[in-house]
Amino acid sequence: MKGTNLGEFEELVLLTIASLVNDAYSVAICDEMERHTDRSAKLGVVHAVLNRLEEKGLVKSKLGEATKTRGGKRKRFYTLTVPGKAALVKAREMREQLWQKIPAFVLKTAV
Amino acid sequence: MSEKRNIQPPRWAERILEWYCKPELLEDLQGDLHEYFERNVESVGKRRAKLIYVIDVLKFFRIYTVRRLEFINVLINWIMLGSYIKTSGRNIVRNKLFSAINIIGLSISMAVGLLMIGTLMDTYSYDKFHANHARIYRIISQYSYLGNKDGDFNATTSLRAAKAVKETFPGVEEVAIFRGGFDGDFQAGDKTIPLNGLWSNETLFKVFSFSLLQGNADKALKEPFSVVLTQKSAKKLFGDADALGRTIILNKDREYTVTGIMEDVPQFSHLRFDLLASLSGREITEKDHAGEMAWDNIWRHWTYVLLPADANLSSFQTNLDLLSKKEDPSVKNTNIKLALQPMDEIMTGKSLSNQGGPIIGGTLLWVFGGLSFIVLLSACFNYTNLSVARSLRRAREVGVRKVIGAMKNQVIGQFVVEAILISLLSLVAAFVIFLLVKPYYLGIHTDLQELLLLELSPKLVGMFLLFAVFIGVAAGFFPALFFSRINAIQVLKNNSTVKAFRKVTLRKTLIVFQYCISIMLITGALIFYKQYKHFLAFDLGYSTENILNIRLQGNKAELLKKELSELPDVKQMSTSAMITSVGNVEGTSMKNPNNPEDSAGVRFNKVDESYIPLHEHHLLVGRNFFAKPDSAKESEVIVNQQVLKRFNIANQDPAKAVDEIVKIDGKELRIIGVMRDFQYGRANNNSGEKVVLRYSKEGDFLNVKLLSNNLPVAYEKIKAIWKKIDPVHSFDAKFYNEEIEQAFRGLSASIKLAGTLAFLAICIASLGLLGMVVFTTETRLKEISIRKVMGASEGKLIYLLGRGFFMLLGTAIGISLPLTYLFFDKILFPNIVNHAPLKLTDGILGVLGIAAIAAIMIGSQTLKVARTNPAQVLKNE
Repeated sequence: MKGTNLGEFEELVLLTIASLVNDAYSVAICDEMERHTDRSAKLGVVHAVLNRLEEKGLVKSKLGEATKTRGGKRKRFYTLTVPGKAALVKAREMREQLWQKIPAFVLKTAV
Repeated sequence: MSEKRNIQPPRWAERILEWYCKPELLEDLQGDLHEYFERNVESVGKRRAKLIYVIDVLKFFRIYTVRRLEFINVLINWIMLGSYIKTSGRNIVRNKLFSAINIIGLSISMAVGLLMIGTLMDTYSYDKFHANHARIYRIISQYSYLGNKDGDFNATTSLRAAKAVKETFPGVEEVAIFRGGFDGDFQAGDKTIPLNGLWSNETLFKVFSFSLLQGNADKALKEPFSVVLTQKSAKKLFGDADALGRTIILNKDREYTVTGIMEDVPQFSHLRFDLLASLSGREITEKDHAGEMAWDNIWRHWTYVLLPADANLSSFQTNLDLLSKKEDPSVKNTNIKLALQPMDEIMTGKSLSNQGGPIIGGTLLWVFGGLSFIVLLSACFNYTNLSVARSLRRAREVGVRKVIGAMKNQVIGQFVVEAILISLLSLVAAFVIFLLVKPYYLGIHTDLQELLLLELSPKLVGMFLLFAVFIGVAAGFFPALFFSRINAIQVLKNNSTVKAFRKVTLRKTLIVFQYCISIMLITGALIFYKQYKHFLAFDLGYSTENILNIRLQGNKAELLKKELSELPDVKQMSTSAMITSVGNVEGTSMKNPNNPEDSAGVRFNKVDESYIPLHEHHLLVGRNFFAKPDSAKESEVIVNQQVLKRFNIANQDPAKAVDEIVKIDGKELRIIGVMRDFQYGRANNNSGEKVVLRYSKEGDFLNVKLLSNNLPVAYEKIKAIWKKIDPVHSFDAKFYNEEIEQAFRGLSASIKLAGTLAFLAICIASLGLLGMVVFTTETRLKEISIRKVMGASEGKLIYLLGRGFFMLLGTAIGISLPLTYLFFDKILFPNIVNHAPLKLTDGILGVLGIAAIAAIMIGSQTLKVARTNPAQVLKNE
């Protein structure tokens, strides 16, 4: 049950990973999310979510090369897996369907 | 730029992270935190950044990050345990001297620890057999007159306060009231047995868990003149016959009906009695006695309240204060402060006056607990010291282990296991010592014998085992840490690069510490011993030589006197109400003849006409009492100089004070003589007492002055006469000087304990020193041989080897002697009156002894090395 549905925050993290392409590691994900969503993304939260997504099989990760920054520690880069991509596409489709069902006047005042 | 790179997050926080985090998550998480840390250094500064780092590390302690116990590691540790034990065993056998030093030191100190554990366990199990022990409180009271507080709190309260609490206080479940002194000779049929009991009210069985075997718990102590016997007393009085409903007669006077038989009072109860009588009986017998219910008569009743589990103690205290406020005006110039004391703290808390029986007291536990801990610590230091010193020999082994793949914590595990093994071996020896020493330990003081059992129970043995493991870990942890840090490559490449003496400062500090403790303990014990001797030989102001004090126990003095006067050994006889200078006091009040508003408490003794000459009390002016029957009205008194001084009688001129009339205990008495001051209380307190002597022919004691040629024979003769006169009571007589000695038995017990601990501490420190000397000389054997070949003399070599150790010894003496002196001079002695002056020479004997032992050890070992044939040593290379 838990594995099939994406939470809102999980979806955001997945989208961010996708948008960062090859540079998606925890700190960068946090920064990117802060930039785009106007809310602070705490490392502790993001780290936990990344861990959970990996457990669900939606992302996979591998360690990068060691550099002089970060105290010589390697980064862990995340990429989407096939199920991850599918989950994102599915989520988007679901929304589009809903969007299309909304008559134009409903949202007029809101904009 | 380079400066910024040097700023690192706190190392210890990183360690915590490394410790708890799963290895697969660790590296990038560490990197992430580090990246944030760098940013924070830029934005908020170094200090805040470090703080944030630490907080983050703690915040990441979550279920998904925390490392699981890996099965394989557990398995490896189990498999390796066998190997650890095997290597440890081999090591113990190979280094016989060091193992022996460790095991002897540890087992001696652990025996002390075992005694301490047993004592603590016994002490803390007191009164726990009561189901409600945590909810029972004792009401204690403090007496103050004209604002002068009377020292400690008393464990007792007035009957009036007890009744007020019982009848008017809200939120009290039950109140049990005891009164001491239901003692005397109890007669059942033709048997007469002396017993000691308490008066009590009927609710005691609701408060306490004393179980009644026969009779009705609710009613047993309700009716006046009913008694509840313990099983033991019932058996003494009635044998195997049924006791319930029978009557017993107290002191040939009043009949009491047995309404209940209860189980014997358990050993671990601070309340002790042979039988209980109903308190309601006293309401009848003491009806006309106004003092019974007086607010300031706080000396005889113990009051216990059972409160609900959620009781509000501070509001109870407020109610007690209100009660004091209401009742204080009933007695002039007197304040009684009441307070609650949890029953669980009676045995371990601070010492109060008027306890019903002996208690151990928190101070004693802390002092001797602390001293035992120090002795234990000293033995652990030996282990640490010797293990680290031997690192040179074990380093290779550790190196090989590490190369094969031992992790740091496995090396730690190995050395801790070794230490635990040694401490378990020591436990066996310690346990034997414990069993051997137990009777002597309990015999140090009669109170200990009465209070403690030190019985072996599974719980106690379990505690001993736990204790041994704990000691093992404590002793072995530091060496283990030291060995685990050894760099395998360095050790294996070249042995000499291991810095064997790296921890030299630490080892020196430990030795100095051990010797400081030893010196302080031995000096302290010696100073105490000198005080003890000083108090025993103290000039009391009168003579106590060859005086035998016989407790009359209700017999007529005249009868005994007549019989004894036929003995040729008896020189003189007198009677007295009490024995002075052994700590007992009798008090009454005396009015100031110059100022009717003023009165003060004075001490007194009731004596007959022979008392003053027999004890060689010095009369300054006036005369002694004349003999007269007790039925005559009391009219005369002899006072001491302090009385004249306090009330300024006749301008303190003894000659003019004679024939003055003073009012003592409500009676008008004429001063017939003034005596020189003497020590009424014990020599180490109650000095400068105001004392009056009153006349009475019927005392509680017969003082018999004997001719000094054969005291033991005379004693036996008197005992035989006593048996003829009184077959019921056992002969209770003590020589005055022995009685004084007994009054200081607390001090003598402390000296024995402290002295023994000092001796042990010295032994352990000496063993440790021996180990270090042996080790040092052995490692320098080659150097010594070369020096010898080059022409160094034996004396020079001994100096070279021993210099360092003597320096340590000197430092220890330099630190500890002034500390001990200051402790006694500034802290302890100001509180002791009449103490012997402190001299620097007091400690010298102890210090010399210690120095001599150390010198023998250092000397013998260095001499041995200095005398070895250099050819033998150098040939082997």
